[in-house]
Amino acid sequence: MGPGLPLHPDQASTIAVGVDHLHYFLTAITLFFTALIFLAIFYFMVRYRRRSQDEQATQVEGSLPLEIAWSGFPLVLVAVLFIWASSLYFRNSRPPAASMEIFVVGKQWMWKLQHPEGNQEINELHVPLGQPVKLTMTSEDVIHDFYIPAFRVKKDVLPGRYSMIWFQATKTGKFHLFCAQYCGAEHAAMIGWVYVMTPADYEQWLSGSAKGESMAEAGARLFNQLGCITCHIADGTGRGPVLQGVYGKPVKLAGGQMVIADDAYIRESILQPSAKIVAGYPSPSIMPTFQGQVSEEQILQLIAYVKSLGSEERQPERKAAEK
Amino acid sequence: MSTVALPETSLQSRVNYLNADYGIKSWLLTTDHKRIALLYLASITVMFVVGGAFAVVMRLHLIVPQGALVQPETYNKLFTMHGIMMIFFFLIPSIPATLGNFLVPMMIGARDLAFPRVNLLSWYLYIIGAILALSAIFSGGVDTGWTFYTPYSSTYAHTHVIAAALGIFIAGFSSILTGLNFVVTIHKMRAPGLTWFRLPLFIWAHYATSIIQLLGTPVLAITIVLLALERLLHVGIFNPALGGDPLLFQHLFWFYSHPAVYIMILPSMGVISELVTAGARKRIFGYGFVAFSSVAIAVISFLVWGHHMFVTGMSVYAGLVFSVLSFLVAIPSAIKVFNWTATLYKGSISYDAPMLYALGFIGLFTMGGLTGLFLSSLAEDVHVTGTYFIVAHFHYIMVGGALMGYLGGLHFWWPKITGRLYPDKWARLAAAIIFIGFNLTFFPQFMLGYLGMPRRYAFYPPEFQVLNVMSSAGASILGVGYLIPLVYMIWSMRYGPIAGPNPWRAKGLEWQTPSPPPTENFEEIPVVTEEAYDYPSRA
Repeated sequence: MGPGLPLHPDQASTIAVGVDHLHYFLTAITLFFTALIFLAIFYFMVRYRRRSQDEQATQVEGSLPLEIAWSGFPLVLVAVLFIWASSLYFRNSRPPAASMEIFVVGKQWMWKLQHPEGNQEINELHVPLGQPVKLTMTSEDVIHDFYIPAFRVKKDVLPGRYSMIWFQATKTGKFHLFCAQYCGAEHAAMIGWVYVMTPADYEQWLSGSAKGESMAEAGARLFNQLGCITCHIADGTGRGPVLQGVYGKPVKLAGGQMVIADDAYIRESILQPSAKIVAGYPSPSIMPTFQGQVSEEQILQLIAYVKSLGSEERQPERKAAEK
Repeated sequence: MSTVALPETSLQSRVNYLNADYGIKSWLLTTDHKRIALLYLASITVMFVVGGAFAVVMRLHLIVPQGALVQPETYNKLFTMHGIMMIFFFLIPSIPATLGNFLVPMMIGARDLAFPRVNLLSWYLYIIGAILALSAIFSGGVDTGWTFYTPYSSTYAHTHVIAAALGIFIAGFSSILTGLNFVVTIHKMRAPGLTWFRLPLFIWAHYATSIIQLLGTPVLAITIVLLALERLLHVGIFNPALGGDPLLFQHLFWFYSHPAVYIMILPSMGVISELVTAGARKRIFGYGFVAFSSVAIAVISFLVWGHHMFVTGMSVYAGLVFSVLSFLVAIPSAIKVFNWTATLYKGSISYDAPMLYALGFIGLFTMGGLTGLFLSSLAEDVHVTGTYFIVAHFHYIMVGGALMGYLGGLHFWWPKITGRLYPDKWARLAAAIIFIGFNLTFFPQFMLGYLGMPRRYAFYPPEFQVLNVMSSAGASILGVGYLIPLVYMIWSMRYGPIAGPNPWRAKGLEWQTPSPPPTENFEEIPVVTEEAYDYPSRA
């Protein structure tokens, strides 16, 4: 968008196209009814203006057919809107299985982003064109909101939770990234840019800014440093549950319930080990809490490591998809 | 039921509620609903001026992208205090506590509200709350946004959160007491013959509003107490770092604050029904539909709070339920708009100021309501929520709707309240300036929001400047529009021509008693034998 008077935001993702069609329909409805009411009022104002101070009106009783018509027609219209907008929302909420993942941590007042390959960025996000990208996001402090207008995606970034958005960019270029939830003094400065690059350029950027250590590798290093490795032993002889092959699978808890070992569950187990005890292990947990000892970025690295233990076979697949 | 009114030459020739006693005590200890209405009128006007001053500074600041006037911290306080003043201390009490207080007993043929002393207590609670909120402002301010989202407000903000929240907490009880008073009064004190379906729609609207005030406001009080517990005692309720739930606050807050939108707009809708019928000298089109649509709005309003939270990560299925319920609110709102418009048909339409405000309301409320459809539409809401689109939408409802209704009502009943007329030409001019200024201020904000400019930004990317300048220019016109009535209304209190009991030749019991009314409202309690708005037909 250049300066001057822009009327339409950039349309740079697959989601944006669908949202804009809905937007045009909504705009058309708004214009139609606004025009209808304004014209009716102006017409009546002129046609039935009071011509003398003593003039009376011609009394008209209400009309049941009219009431039914102007209740029923809007009802049908909002039903159509509801179905359209909701089905679109459902589709926009579900990332394709082949999405590449990027991790976002918001804090007062910056965005910190990590690519699985280990590349880290602040207030900038580089993504390849045409590839579905899934963002897993959390906050270190207050509620933020990750908003890319050109993609028509927005989601609150909450402390203590993971939220998710995804998009597939359809246009190379530089697009605004905003924090859309008021978060304190420098809220308006919590902005950045999303760079959409051709896949080749993206590969080049990735290798050019590489850290030399992927998120999973950083997680493995932490796993050693923090001593996790002393109890979570691969052969099952340790004092903690085996983590190999756990990620994304159901885990049976001490109470008999099942829980999926997803990002949120692993995060909770690191910070509050006694919250959900795996069946067969003592309660409260003998594991110490790591609350306050690991940053949100490090938790994401640990999760990436656990994930890498459980899904070895998926790694090469993803590499191939990028090439 | 025509009243034989001898032309009055002086308001002093007859004892009325204004000249019965001039002592300061006779005002501060009054239990007369009409005097309490005036106490409220003066207080909320002060709060409106304070809240408006914050808006003026904000719009000036946003003329340039980097921000022209203040530091970001100050800007954040400005929008917070603008919201707190305008919502809790102006809009929520506006029509119910002034026009409602004055008119509910008069319209139903009663001598006062059911609990006159509780009515005075409610004004004192409002004043204590307002003083606390103002003291928070002048001792450094508060910067959480009027929405007080946690954990920012409970843990991270370093401003006067507790003082401001306590002010709102106390003012909330004033709102509850007013609602309670109205419900009991409307049930128990209607004049003989005034059945439910003969009630003016103003009363129906206030009845629906009172129900919301009674049921919703306590939830706000609870929420504020929980916020204070977390902020002062570090009890983990909302902050996940203390073991709380990061979204719980928003659920509780909007459970009150969405219905609160209807506390602001329903009374205004009631005013419009009176203005349109009197301005067209016509019966309301579809009385039952307009009356029950108020009740329907009040009921559904409690079930739609989640539409403020579609992008919080709330379950998509919860999103579906809140979306469908939010769409349903559109139906009773549409019914009202269509019925008001149809009421004009074959009317005898005046161009007096109250009617101009009423017609302005219908147009602006239509636009505000229709843009609400964007926000009920899940996929679209994701893009425009949290942007200036939201700001524009709720100002079309709250200012284009609620405030236009309030000003229209004030102009309509001013002759009744004061016994005097204001200069008609100035009033019509001000109504036109406000309508134009309002649209110039807020229409560009719809465009800004669709382009993606987030709200609550103290500075912004340069491509949004043109629309921001347009909005600020419009706001200066709007500001002038608000100042004009302030001047001529104060002038008219002393110098305005004598109005007489019924200058509009309107129906309704309040017009059958002298202006200003005697302290006891009616010399004899009237007996009602006809429906509301029983205007004569053209011969």
